Amino acid sequence: MKLEGNIKSSSYLPAQGFKIKARTKNVRNYLFFLFCLLSALMLGVVLFCIVLFIGKTGLLVFKDVSVMEFFFSTTWEPYDGKYGAAIFILGTLSLTALTMCFAVPLSLALAVFIVEVAPDWVKKILRPMLDLLVGIPSIIYGYLGLTLLIPLLRNITGSIMGDGLLAASLVLTVMVLPTITRISDDAITAVPKDLREAAYALGSTRFQSIFRVILPAAKPGILTATVLGMARAIGETMAVVMVIGNTAQIPGDLLTPTAVLTSNIVMQIIDVQFDSTWNYALYMMAFLLLIISSLMILMIRRIRGKGE
Amino acid sequence: MNEQIFRKYVVRRKSPIAIDKIFTYSLWLVASMILLLVTFLLIRILWNGLPGISLHFLTGLPDEIEAGGGVGPFLFNSIYILLISMILSLPIGIGSGIYLAEYAPKNHLTGFIRTSVESLASVPSIIFGLFGYVLFVDIFQIGLTILGAGIALSLLNLPVITRVTEEAIQAVPTELREASYALGATKSQTIWKVIIPAALSGIITGSALAACRAFGESAVILLAGGTGTSGIMWDFNPMSQGGTLPVHLWYVQSEALVEDAKQIADRSAAVMILCILLINMIIRLPILIRDFRMWKH
Repeated sequence: MKLEGNIKSSSYLPAQGFKIKARTKNVRNYLFFLFCLLSALMLGVVLFCIVLFIGKTGLLVFKDVSVMEFFFSTTWEPYDGKYGAAIFILGTLSLTALTMCFAVPLSLALAVFIVEVAPDWVKKILRPMLDLLVGIPSIIYGYLGLTLLIPLLRNITGSIMGDGLLAASLVLTVMVLPTITRISDDAITAVPKDLREAAYALGSTRFQSIFRVILPAAKPGILTATVLGMARAIGETMAVVMVIGNTAQIPGDLLTPTAVLTSNIVMQIIDVQFDSTWNYALYMMAFLLLIISSLMILMIRRIRGKGE
Repeated sequence: MNEQIFRKYVVRRKSPIAIDKIFTYSLWLVASMILLLVTFLLIRILWNGLPGISLHFLTGLPDEIEAGGGVGPFLFNSIYILLISMILSLPIGIGSGIYLAEYAPKNHLTGFIRTSVESLASVPSIIFGLFGYVLFVDIFQIGLTILGAGIALSLLNLPVITRVTEEAIQAVPTELREASYALGATKSQTIWKVIIPAALSGIITGSALAACRAFGESAVILLAGGTGTSGIMWDFNPMSQGGTLPVHLWYVQSEALVEDAKQIADRSAAVMILCILLINMIIRLPILIRDFRMWKH
């Protein structure tokens, strides 16, 4: 008994202190793990909440509007209770397609130039410049489009307005160009040197080696870049709002004002009552955007799966 | 006969080289045109806006009717909201980045988290704005506020910060980890004292880029923060309206009645470009210094 007391009171105290220290160490270790796990789960929770709230609110529109009308009718007259979103869906799709037509060849040319042709000092200017461009606020691109591009388009084509798909797609092209270029640049840089050397050793010119060897080898990366650029073009709001004209009509040509999903949402959401069909229709359009962007992620995964 | 073969050979040999030349020159042409265009755009913004920027413009109150108003509250809100969003998203983003890089076992949960990060990263920013709108205007009924805008914006930052943290940590050599474990450190001690310091520059660069994006974001702020401000300078109340500089630029050029709306828009654009340039310069400073030293030696 006395011995035990001795042990407890005096000689083993340091060891006990050490034990407590070790225990707090373990607790801390565990708490930190818990913090990291919860943060990671938080991201899942956020995504779930977004899908839940946007989807739940959006699907309410089908209480008053039939699915057929919402997706296929081109009459968007909320004051008369007509909620056909086909104009905006078509607008978003055609705007994205047009943007990609401009942006992909340009970005690819620029990426190939940076990796294969440009001397080092040009690379050192171009790469940071592109990184800087990714960070420039979209509203500034929109503002430039409004003050520079639209007057220019009016002068060249002689049209009255100048707003429309062409102006929007040109602005978007400048916006997605750095994104697509930088990712393709990485993909092309990652092509093994052996492939290049083998192509040159067989006597091919730079042109031939780029088109027959390097670009095919970098294809998965370039496709990923394209899809990411598309995702950015589809979701872009403020820059598009400023140059598209915001009129719910099917454009006869590229210079007629029209509207896309994002621009229509942002122009109308502030003014509508929260629990109205109009509001639900806007949320359904947002939900549609969400679905499209998840489809893009699936596409990227498919591409990556093939690449590996 | 011989000549024919020779000619055929020469023609076939020569044309790829000619094509290659044309191709190379056109690449130079495309690249220099893009570079010129971009430089022209940047210089034009600064040229139009910089001369009008004064302390009065940067800190003065906006005026709805008369010319000569400033953008003080908007600039203040921009920085305030950016700070709120970074304070909220940095710990969570870095925490989940650490989880994905250091802890995550190969199971369905990890797969689910990775999918969430990827999906969140590609969600259009307007969706985050709408989400903030539902959450704060409809469910919590606090209206359009600085706090709401900051929280909605932090959701936009989260996936970006998570991804850059994960990448930066994965780039830390395994030897460092092993050395730390060999010295008897626990996992959390290793992460805190070895891995994070080693990955810090990558995390900071990535977060600064995320901050750049958040600073210029307008769709989220428009829906979750509104277009106005409380109308007072240095208003720290997070429940007042959270209009920021990008939103103000949009408002001024589309709806304002002020006669100098164009000048205000030009100057706001220049202020934003300056801020972005500044953030970029600060990020690049260490790299530039290193390059400069190497060049000197």
